Amino acid sequence: MTWQGILQIFVLLAVVTVVGFFLSKYMYNTLEGGRTFMDRVLVPCERAVYRLCGIDPTVEMRWTRYVFVLLAVNVVGFVVLMVLLALQPVLTIFNPAHMHQVPFWVNLNTSISFMTNTNWQNYGGETTLSYLSQMWLTVQQFLSPVTGICLFLAVVRGFSRHNANTIGNFWRDFVRTLLWVAIPLAVIGAVVLIALGSPQNLHAYTVVHTLQGHKQTIAQGPVASMTSIMQLGDNGGGFFNMNVAQPFAGPNAASIFFQLILGFSVPVACIFLFGKMVKNTRQARPIYWSMVLLFVIGALVLYHFEAAGNPALAAHHLRLAASHNLEGKETRFGTGTTSLFENSTTTISWGSVIASNDSLTPIGGLVPLFNMMTGEVIFGSWGAGMIGMIAYAVLALFLAGLMVGRTPEYLGKKIESFEVKMAVLSMIVPSLVILVLAALSVALKAGTSGIFNPGPHGLSEVLYAFSSGVGNNGSAFGGLNAASPWYSATVGLAMLLGRFPMYIPLVAMGASLAKKQRIPESAGTFPTHGPLFTVLLTGTVVVVGALIFFPALALGPFAEQFAAHAGKLFGG
Amino acid sequence: MRLKVIWSALRLVLLFVVVLGLGYNLLMVGIGEAAFSGQANGSMVTYHGRVVGSRLIGQQFTSPRFFEGRPSATSPPYNAASSAASNYGPTNPALLREIRTNLAAVLAENPGVKPTQVPPDLVESSASGLDPDISPAAAYLQVPRVAKANHLPVGAVRNLVAGHVTGRFLGIYGAPHVNVLELNLALLKLVNQ
Repeated sequence: MTWQGILQIFVLLAVVTVVGFFLSKYMYNTLEGGRTFMDRVLVPCERAVYRLCGIDPTVEMRWTRYVFVLLAVNVVGFVVLMVLLALQPVLTIFNPAHMHQVPFWVNLNTSISFMTNTNWQNYGGETTLSYLSQMWLTVQQFLSPVTGICLFLAVVRGFSRHNANTIGNFWRDFVRTLLWVAIPLAVIGAVVLIALGSPQNLHAYTVVHTLQGHKQTIAQGPVASMTSIMQLGDNGGGFFNMNVAQPFAGPNAASIFFQLILGFSVPVACIFLFGKMVKNTRQARPIYWSMVLLFVIGALVLYHFEAAGNPALAAHHLRLAASHNLEGKETRFGTGTTSLFENSTTTISWGSVIASNDSLTPIGGLVPLFNMMTGEVIFGSWGAGMIGMIAYAVLALFLAGLMVGRTPEYLGKKIESFEVKMAVLSMIVPSLVILVLAALSVALKAGTSGIFNPGPHGLSEVLYAFSSGVGNNGSAFGGLNAASPWYSATVGLAMLLGRFPMYIPLVAMGASLAKKQRIPESAGTFPTHGPLFTVLLTGTVVVVGALIFFPALALGPFAEQFAAHAGKLFGG
Repeated sequence: MRLKVIWSALRLVLLFVVVLGLGYNLLMVGIGEAAFSGQANGSMVTYHGRVVGSRLIGQQFTSPRFFEGRPSATSPPYNAASSAASNYGPTNPALLREIRTNLAAVLAENPGVKPTQVPPDLVESSASGLDPDISPAAAYLQVPRVAKANHLPVGAVRNLVAGHVTGRFLGIYGAPHVNVLELNLALLKLVNQ
């Protein structure tokens, strides 16, 4: 480990905290009735959208209607994307590499993946999709994170409203987030990414004769525009098979640093936005610190194990000039920045990678896996990570309430049995999906035949796939044959369950809270803005995550780390 | 009422398919072409008026006259139309076989080098299979071989490498590296002088 590798974690956190703080003010004004400097341009655009789509943005909605409209937009988006991808052989513009039919399972899986903000890639971008199809994917890369913000607003209004039956207007929340936040930031991001080296063209793949006289075909395309929204929207589904490790998508460390800022900006802003919406910014502090704490621990553990390298090499007397693990990593990023990025990939839930996660050391690979198993609440994607954390806060207060025998309250609202049930319901989803589908996959031939690496690492591959699916993350242990019908279907199912059944109960919880009266703080109120609550909240996240998954993790990453130290290899 | 919602949703999605799918992406193509033409077109590099590759995309060098890049897991190696990693896990015997084979090749090509002097990037394959860079240590290791093959003084080649090391961004992000294609182009210039 080097000091540069450690310092960069804290520099990133400092920068994104500042960016998130200012962005949260802008988002608050956009969404909760203030003015912004963009209004002059965007208000007419907003009106045009409502007129063209026949939308009334003024009607207040009950939660059931809000969710119905949300589902309608998502399902329609999914169907439209599937149709557009199926038309690839027919729509021949922007298809210089002459890509053919997208296979049905790949299309189904990809369309679910991009609707649910997962962006799991079971296709190789440059070998499967035309430039036009990639452009269709970017549409969902805008719409799916915006859906996450709507879920967030629906839940947080449960705390910010009192004696209210309605939680806002979905259309208005959706269109304003899209026009005020997603589009302007994506445009700025794309321009910066081009300047830093990413291509943005519609040329045919370039054929060159290399310096040594080989023929090399170089994939081209509108890379920067897709990379910008995929990082900003915490989507992560990239232009290329190897995502941002491909040097056109990740040309240098400057571009990676910028992409990290893009990815963190809105999730961090959501923390402060929460504080502003509940009219008590101190309440955002324990959530912020809890996320920062879990993030820093993960980043340091991952970096430590990658810098120490693969113990199996030393056990087999393979001693090189340095021990750090560079299998599946790029020279320009090194172990430090790669570790920071791979820890970020499953905390802000973007699933974008600059390395092959399958080739991380066992404990190094455990870190991103664990981040997903907690429900992706360490920052998380747009809105979704924050409401996942609110669910943990409700559970933590419930547990604290049990200890002292009082009805817990959070932000002036009584937490009663319905709220706790909904929070727990949402938390059960990841564990149920990951453990059941992983168990089926290692028991059935259809599942085991798709595993690439033998031994405990194979179990890690399967656990990672379903954690990534249900967490709507999208990164992978890439050896797994994700394009097989079994994994296309089961990971597709995991993505669906991890989006709607996971977050709709929380909207119901929010609606139930919105109906309640606000009760004044009393001497018996557990303070939810101090370090004690930070510890309680962090502990709840870790314990709930660890207890459920520990047996599976013991058989996968932990077993492999011990085996590697002993020099034990698996398979032929 | 419900039907009206779905109809509105369809119009909204189709509107943004056009505005974002086509409008946003094509607008960026235009801006890229106008403002950053070099980057937008793939940072291509020419030699004697001929395009020989992209500065960002690694290419295969096997001749002892050139500095070599990292092992590539794409098929064939450095296939820039299909990026791929080996995906070997740490306890996969194939990983150790790969490293041993690559190490043996490095030692055979660079006489006098000991295994403990070989940096991992020269024997472990990259993430994209297209890594354009090697570590400074990996470049210095190849200096005696390259100098001999090109009949150049070792000191001159060593200075060439030193002049091509790119440091960390802001002093902390990334790792020091040498772009292999640019280094080899500079080497050719030196040979031709």
